Amino acid sequence: MSARILAVDDSASMRQMVAYTLRDAGFDVAEAADGQEAYEMAQREPFRLVLCDVNMPRLDGIGLVRQLRQLPTYKFTPLLMLTTESGPEKKQEGKAAGATGWLVKPFNPEQLVATVQRVLG
Amino acid sequence: MAGIDLKRFHRAFFEESFEGLDAMEAALLRLDPAQPDAETLNGIFRAAHSIKGGAGTFGFAAISEYTHVLETLLDEMRAGRRAICAADVDLLLRASDALRGLLQAAQDERVAERTVADAIHAELTQCLQGAAPTATGNAAAATAAPAAGWAIHFAPHPDLFASGNDPLRILRELTTLGDARISVRDAALPAFAALAPETCYLAWDIELRGAVDRAAVAEQFAWVEDECELRIEPLTDGAAAATGVAAPAPLAAAVPPPRAPADGAARSEPRGDGASIRIATAKIDAMIDLVGELVITQAMLQQLADRLDPATSEVLQQGLAQLDRNTRLLQEAVMSTRMLPVEAVFSRFPRVVHDLAARLGKQVRLQSSGESTELDKSMIEKIADPLTHLVRNSLDHGIETAAARVAAGKDAAGTLTLRAAHQGGHIVIEVADDGRGLDRARILAKAAERGIACDAAMSDAEVWQLIFAPGFSTAEQVTDVSGRGVGMDVVKRNIESLGGRVELASHPGQGTTVTIRLPLTLAIVDGMSVAVGEETFILPLSAIVESLQPQPEQIKRVATQGQVARVRDEYLPLVALHEWFALPAAPRAAHEAILVIVEAEGRKLALQVDALLGQQQVVIKSLETHYKRVPGISGATILGDGRVALIADVGEIVRLATRAAAA
Repeated sequence: MSARILAVDDSASMRQMVAYTLRDAGFDVAEAADGQEAYEMAQREPFRLVLCDVNMPRLDGIGLVRQLRQLPTYKFTPLLMLTTESGPEKKQEGKAAGATGWLVKPFNPEQLVATVQRVLG
Repeated sequence: MAGIDLKRFHRAFFEESFEGLDAMEAALLRLDPAQPDAETLNGIFRAAHSIKGGAGTFGFAAISEYTHVLETLLDEMRAGRRAICAADVDLLLRASDALRGLLQAAQDERVAERTVADAIHAELTQCLQGAAPTATGNAAAATAAPAAGWAIHFAPHPDLFASGNDPLRILRELTTLGDARISVRDAALPAFAALAPETCYLAWDIELRGAVDRAAVAEQFAWVEDECELRIEPLTDGAAAATGVAAPAPLAAAVPPPRAPADGAARSEPRGDGASIRIATAKIDAMIDLVGELVITQAMLQQLADRLDPATSEVLQQGLAQLDRNTRLLQEAVMSTRMLPVEAVFSRFPRVVHDLAARLGKQVRLQSSGESTELDKSMIEKIADPLTHLVRNSLDHGIETAAARVAAGKDAAGTLTLRAAHQGGHIVIEVADDGRGLDRARILAKAAERGIACDAAMSDAEVWQLIFAPGFSTAEQVTDVSGRGVGMDVVKRNIESLGGRVELASHPGQGTTVTIRLPLTLAIVDGMSVAVGEETFILPLSAIVESLQPQPEQIKRVATQGQVARVRDEYLPLVALHEWFALPAAPRAAHEAILVIVEAEGRKLALQVDALLGQQQVVIKSLETHYKRVPGISGATILGDGRVALIADVGEIVRLATRAAAA
């Protein structure tokens, strides 16, 4: 099947938009509402790509990236953060935690698909 | 913004934003300015942050901009860079009220009354400038247009891979910007024995020619700029510079930013019945469960009342009849809360068809009907993939190229039709194309090649069934459209696991229609109750082909396969349910019992039971959540007399029994 992607965002509308857009582009998408749920899901199956919001309850995006990077199966997996333009320091923090890159909000569906396709090659 | 209409997400965005505002307000009122609780502040910040992100994404630029100031202020507060006073809380509360007004206006598609919001925006900005470090223009706007191109030196740090980045990806993107000449520097590469596979040893020099913005080049490296040595210098190439290529106008400036329509004239999306609340599905499921219990209790009372003398219990019977009616109406009403229009899946196909048709170089028209037909939510989620597969199949294998169609005297554009409808307690979904139809000879040849049992005398319907056999695929070469390693067998299995059936009709030159028949819900099943010894089992009606009382000569014992039953010239493996479930039933010869012929995944099986008790709708209870998974059992239900009956998992029994027989 097509590549499995994990979309993590505590905002349902944003998550739906990300998931819908990627499904529409032919990807297989699983959704998680916060970092903790995402981490538990990621331990059960190896996703090809993880897209996560930064600000989330329970476990935030930075914490999620840090924990995922420590799992052997996620050592080289692309982990992308959905950030707002407001924080260059967030990007740095994300990179330090092991994030592959970021997508700046607001983004439109085309940008999202292009970025994901680029990363998954 | 071709393709996806973001409007479909608006309702969710507004619901969520208003909820966020409510939470924000509650948290603000709870907040003690003297000792602000970090998590409360975080929660307030997150609400503003989500609204800003959503507003920006879904096209409400003004709201996003307004919320941005609020968010920035909150960010400083939660980071502890700013003390909070009671006046701040007051300001934040007024700010959230104003934000609510803006959202309300956007939801009602009217122009917002901005005077209050603007005043608060000014107040917030002022508040911010009081102490905040003002972000100065950090990124030097080095966007001067290049003369001939760029000389790029890119030397990743050895641990680049550890962030999930891949230099190859970046190099590939660069080649899309212009004419790139890439040379690798492998000086750091050690001897093979010393090579650490997780380390990046290589560096690259790239000559990128073309009128490319420096920023566009730098953007490709944005994710790795701290993990590499990077130099981007203008190409000092005399020849190219001499051509005097005029600096192209930056593209970005030529594209007008998307603007929200100034008036509501163009918008006519119906949102009349808009009032809705979001409910956790667990609550609905609990309600469905309770209604199920109620149906059982009602049936129990009915059975008790039936034993009474009709002469004296007339009034009671009338009351029970009314209870029966109301219970059923209640059940339907509760079930309907889980129902979603099938449009939720159909809406993805215009885009899928459009993209695929373009990729395949075919002309395809998509028609759909019955989008408002409702289906259980969990079912909607599960049919999306099988349907996508069928649509892809139709486009890839069914519909011909325009040239082939014209040559065959057909309209150059093929038509793909999606239809959904209610049909006697079932939902029927059709995927039909007017393409070339299935090729009987080719299917037979392929089946023979794949070692699937077949012969030339098979009827068309039987030949079409071969497509559903595991491992079958007629695509000459695996295309990236259909050949994803998922065959029609998976489609069929997925549908059958939902208690549905797949049928296929095809006429050469006229097209193929795949029909999916699904039960209305996964919570109730139409079942046949059968007696096995003292126990009652439920067999899903959708799996039953026929029931019969066999003659002794129809039953044969075959050394390798145990018993088989000969039914209409077919030998079917025979499974006695009391043996299968190891029940202490009186041993009875198969010809004294009843055989129920069931079918799953294209294979038939004869199940031996003692008696047929009747047909009824049963409410499915999960055995797994209450007990544990039992092979051959898909769930349980409670009968009118209060006893528990197990629901047989026909698919699994067929699978296990035929595998045992084949071994």
